[in-house]
Amino acid sequence: MSSVAFAPVSARRRRTDKLARASVALLTGVALVPLALILYYLVKQGIGAISLDFFTTDPTGSFLGDPGGIKSAILGTVLMVGLAAAVAVPVGVGVAVWLVEFGRASKLAHAVRYFIDVMTGVPSIVFGLFVYITLVIGGAGGSSFAAWKGSTALALLMLPIVTRSAEVVLLLVPDALREAAYALGAPRWKVVFRVVLPTALPGIVTGVLLAVARAAGETAPLLFTAAAVNATAFNYNDSMNSLPMLIFKNVGQAQDRLVTIAWGAALTLVAMILMLTLLARLIQRRSRLS
Amino acid sequence: MEAGTITPAGERSSALHRSPAARLPDRALKWGLTALSLGVIVLIAYFFIRLIVESEPVFQQVGVVNYLFSADWVPSKELYGALPLLAGTLITSAIALLLGIPVAVATALFITELAPRRIRGPLTVVVDLLAAVPSVVYGLWGFFFLIPKLKPAEQWLADTFSFVPFVGGTVTGPNYFVAGLILAIMILPIASAISREVISTVPPEHKEAALALGATRWETIRMAVLPYARGGIAGGAMLGLGRAIGETIAVTLVIGNAPVIGDSIFQQGYTLAAVIANEFGEAASNELHRAALIGAGLVLFVLTLGVNGVARAFVVRAERGRRPAGMAA
Repeated sequence: MSSVAFAPVSARRRRTDKLARASVALLTGVALVPLALILYYLVKQGIGAISLDFFTTDPTGSFLGDPGGIKSAILGTVLMVGLAAAVAVPVGVGVAVWLVEFGRASKLAHAVRYFIDVMTGVPSIVFGLFVYITLVIGGAGGSSFAAWKGSTALALLMLPIVTRSAEVVLLLVPDALREAAYALGAPRWKVVFRVVLPTALPGIVTGVLLAVARAAGETAPLLFTAAAVNATAFNYNDSMNSLPMLIFKNVGQAQDRLVTIAWGAALTLVAMILMLTLLARLIQRRSRLS
Repeated sequence: MEAGTITPAGERSSALHRSPAARLPDRALKWGLTALSLGVIVLIAYFFIRLIVESEPVFQQVGVVNYLFSADWVPSKELYGALPLLAGTLITSAIALLLGIPVAVATALFITELAPRRIRGPLTVVVDLLAAVPSVVYGLWGFFFLIPKLKPAEQWLADTFSFVPFVGGTVTGPNYFVAGLILAIMILPIASAISREVISTVPPEHKEAALALGATRWETIRMAVLPYARGGIAGGAMLGLGRAIGETIAVTLVIGNAPVIGDSIFQQGYTLAAVIANEFGEAASNELHRAALIGAGLVLFVLTLGVNGVARAFVVRAERGRRPAGMAA
């Protein structure tokens, strides 16, 4: 009875369907190839460099002798990204709070959103250039290249990421929570600090971790702001080494041992970033919002 | 004042009454945050102005038109024609889009429409992991793996398809194609994520209608999903383009850094971002050279600004179309 209504799908259409679906699946497979290759080569080339000494000694800068480890680069990355986060997180979250709690749909809020969007699109090397122009040429703080200038460039890079992700999460905080707090007589600042921010905290932390992961892998903003040195430095007014800069410097060297160091450093860096990324996802999944 | 309130005068102040001192933190918070937000606008505006001011010497010396359209970039002879750099940026970005966007859209389609439900989550995570690999690691991998491994295949391509414009000739190790390929991999996660987001908002009714009319899965995708998601996919592609234009370190390591316009995509070139990264060391003492590099940064800034503006317009329009109220049919 029912077979009258449905003509079977013609062989040609069925073939097209199969072929198209197979191509889509195949292309998806193609997308996974580079990741597999990169991770495979990272481990294969990098694992040989890794030992306890690798993490506990500074690079020597020696071309023919013992090239040393990557201690100064790891510490430099942690210190510079740490300072950058210490600046970018309060400012970024502050701007997001303003956008959601105060600015809302005002003209100024639209303008701020627009400029944050612009910042998201600015290439990281241009941030480096900006810090070079404003801080390095003028010799701000009595030094030319300095770690805090590198941190400034990284902070500029992190700011829009933190703001956008925080804004999205703050918007998810139900208005009923705010209204309940107001109804109990809480002043606005208390509502922001005791109700809105704690509710949104996991989401904000996720955004911050992703921003930190992004900044930790950036080379371009550090090229002519923090430069690179071999020795471990703790003074923010001096040049500081970093993992991306060390890798970039060593790639160009026609010396296998220095290249091995670069692979080892790359493996370390990717491992650090992957851990941050996975942690961010884990926190996101635990969050009550979203 | 007191006459208008409900609580009789003289009684304990209610929550509705707050002394000026108690309101101070609220005001401080509001104006502090407003100042912070204004600061962001001022910073970006200042940023743009400083780029213009600092690059001015080169525009005065060689002229804006000459800077953009003359093909000789020889800093030692004070020749600053950025055309080879601009061309390199555009060529590598175009290759990245051609290679990367179809794969990104296919990945998004597979994850949202075709894949078994169980593997959707893990597959999303894996594709997103591509975004976690730093630029310099892509460069390292490209330099030591992609360039040597790809060269025979590229030579075969160049020989077989030599009749296609910009393809024939000898293949050099580092070249536009390798740079474009790496960029394609790098823009894949963002383009795929946005396509995924847009495709997942296609109303189920549209798909069900197509299926009910007897369409196959692919016909449903072609006639119901893709037309609906087109704008958003285009926006994702433009955001990817913005990324590709500004990408520095990975490209610097695999493009060869020769300030010429190669005859084919398998020859060396240079990009705006790469020239800044490479020549800044030597330019520190030469004011004109420095201005020329800052000029390259300015061009880069304006390019990404335009591209991202268009991308945003696409995405916003796609999002507006999404709202049920805005739907005509």
